[in-house]
Amino acid sequence: MFNNRQTSRLLASPYIAWAVIFIVVPLAMIFFYGLTDESGALTFANVAAIARPENLKSLGLALVLALISTIICFLLAYPLAMILASNKISSQGIITTLFILPMWMNFLLRTMAWMTLLENKGVINGILSFFGLPTINIINTSAAIVIGMVYNFLPFMILPLYNALARIDDSVINAARDLGANAVQTFFKITLPLTIPGILSGITMVFIPALTTFAISTMLGGSKILLIGNVIEQEFTLSYDWNMGAGLSLVLMLFIIVNMVVTMMTDKSSNS
Amino acid sequence: MAKELIRLEHVSKSYDGNMILDDLNLSIHENSFVTILGPSGCGKTTTLRIIGGFETPDQGRVIFDGQDITNLAPNKRQLNTVFQKYALFTHMDIAQNIAFGLKIKNKTDAYIKDKIKYALKLVNLEGFEHRMPDSLSGGQQQRVAIARAIVNEPKVLLLDEPLGALDLKLRQDMQYELIRLKNELGITFIYVTHDQEEALTMSDHIVVMNQGYIQQEGSPEKIYNEPENAFVADFIGDSNIIHATMVQDKLVRILGANFSCVDTGFGINTPVDVVIRPEDVELVPRGKGTLPGKVSHVIFKGVHYEMEVEAGGFEWLVHSTRMAQVGDEVDISVDPFNIQVMNVPASEDEEAIEIDV
Repeated sequence: MFNNRQTSRLLASPYIAWAVIFIVVPLAMIFFYGLTDESGALTFANVAAIARPENLKSLGLALVLALISTIICFLLAYPLAMILASNKISSQGIITTLFILPMWMNFLLRTMAWMTLLENKGVINGILSFFGLPTINIINTSAAIVIGMVYNFLPFMILPLYNALARIDDSVINAARDLGANAVQTFFKITLPLTIPGILSGITMVFIPALTTFAISTMLGGSKILLIGNVIEQEFTLSYDWNMGAGLSLVLMLFIIVNMVVTMMTDKSSNS
Repeated sequence: MAKELIRLEHVSKSYDGNMILDDLNLSIHENSFVTILGPSGCGKTTTLRIIGGFETPDQGRVIFDGQDITNLAPNKRQLNTVFQKYALFTHMDIAQNIAFGLKIKNKTDAYIKDKIKYALKLVNLEGFEHRMPDSLSGGQQQRVAIARAIVNEPKVLLLDEPLGALDLKLRQDMQYELIRLKNELGITFIYVTHDQEEALTMSDHIVVMNQGYIQQEGSPEKIYNEPENAFVADFIGDSNIIHATMVQDKLVRILGANFSCVDTGFGINTPVDVVIRPEDVELVPRGKGTLPGKVSHVIFKGVHYEMEVEAGGFEWLVHSTRMAQVGDEVDISVDPFNIQVMNVPASEDEEAIEIDV
């Protein structure tokens, strides 16, 4: 009948077909549109358009907000992942559910909920004014976008950190204490270095979607704040300039690839 | 006798209402190789963790060199541990692993370098400085763990079943290595194991534990030859444990036959347990021994034959270099000093110990 290789090839064929049609072909089209003009002639103008001040500003802002969100996610997620991995908390199940539960809700729905919370006449300001406190003007600001990013991407930071922390054997921590390290030294010399692979994958899982998002910035940033994702989206949907949109996408893709290569290299050097 | 170094006083510990240690008292002397021996769940590892500082006893005190260290953090104790699963730092090479404790103590680079070299030589791993732990075999990793512990010059080295994950041959080699190390370093080793052979081979002093109680402690010879109760007799080596009656001083009735023994002071017609090691049971021609029996099984074990003899309604385990045939009609004979007489467990609690095994 089949040998193993033939069988596995046969079993993989539906996915391979899917990947070719919906990943490889669109990617090729992005490259084609990005590197040609309307007449189909080869040009780097679309890619070079990133140098326009308004595009550079969007890219810079996207990088800054994604970075801030990633840092906040990391600072929130690490202690939580440590608690989850310690196994000593009997309410571990409840905490896990609390963080997984929002992920079962639709991403757009979750972000819309934040709109209602943050609006000038929204829930938070309603509560503040009820107690006679000054209201805050947070919707349509960068802060609102960061809140949306952190809320949506936090679980992607927690899970790899939790996995990395749970893999550390108790006896390794005990060994460090036994050899004279106090709790702080043990954390910085043992726990943190051993979780670097988890930290890197957490950073990638938060930073890349945060860098490329346009939905969160559209909903929580109004039309005032344009991230690079919004610029690309508008090229496709408003200006119908597919060449320009694809060209800018290629630039963004470059940032993603650089991020992944750096991650992989750091990961490798920390393992060897 | 050497100076007392560690003393556990009335130590009790329970987890979720399960009593692990109950009023444990233990004294460990300087420069000795002490093995805490017992089946899993007997409290031996908990005892070690309390000495190491990874557990705090619910009650009682831990005295180290005259000082109460019951609540002292592990990093402040003058002892080091070798863990069962090696517990090496996988993100550091061997030299960095060994240097860990010394760097924490801010020793000079030259001192650390010397120490690494000395420790690797001691555990026969010269030239391994820049290997990563993952690239080493289990036995090598355990040697690194030992090196990492001893560079800190602890007064006591705690070893938590360090050979448990190694194969038989390697385990036997490491037993000799550990004895050599202990003698070269001149420090106290406290070794935890469930392996009675390991305990007998290496120890100066064995502490047999079960169900959170110390069953017996003493030299390996004493534990083996003069077990104080059925649990110890059964746990250390093979043995024939038989209910018997102490007829009078130096005479015990075993399975209806009167055997001379050397024990006195049990009273007249007192129920007792006797332990007779398989190698101490002699098979002699019918009529020349004390108890008639019939050989039911014979297995060749290399060094000796392992035989089962049905006599007086009991299956006697016999080790002998002389082979008998299955079906042979023989007599059982035992030298008086090879019969170890023990008190029958007084309470149901102690009885449970026996059943549990």
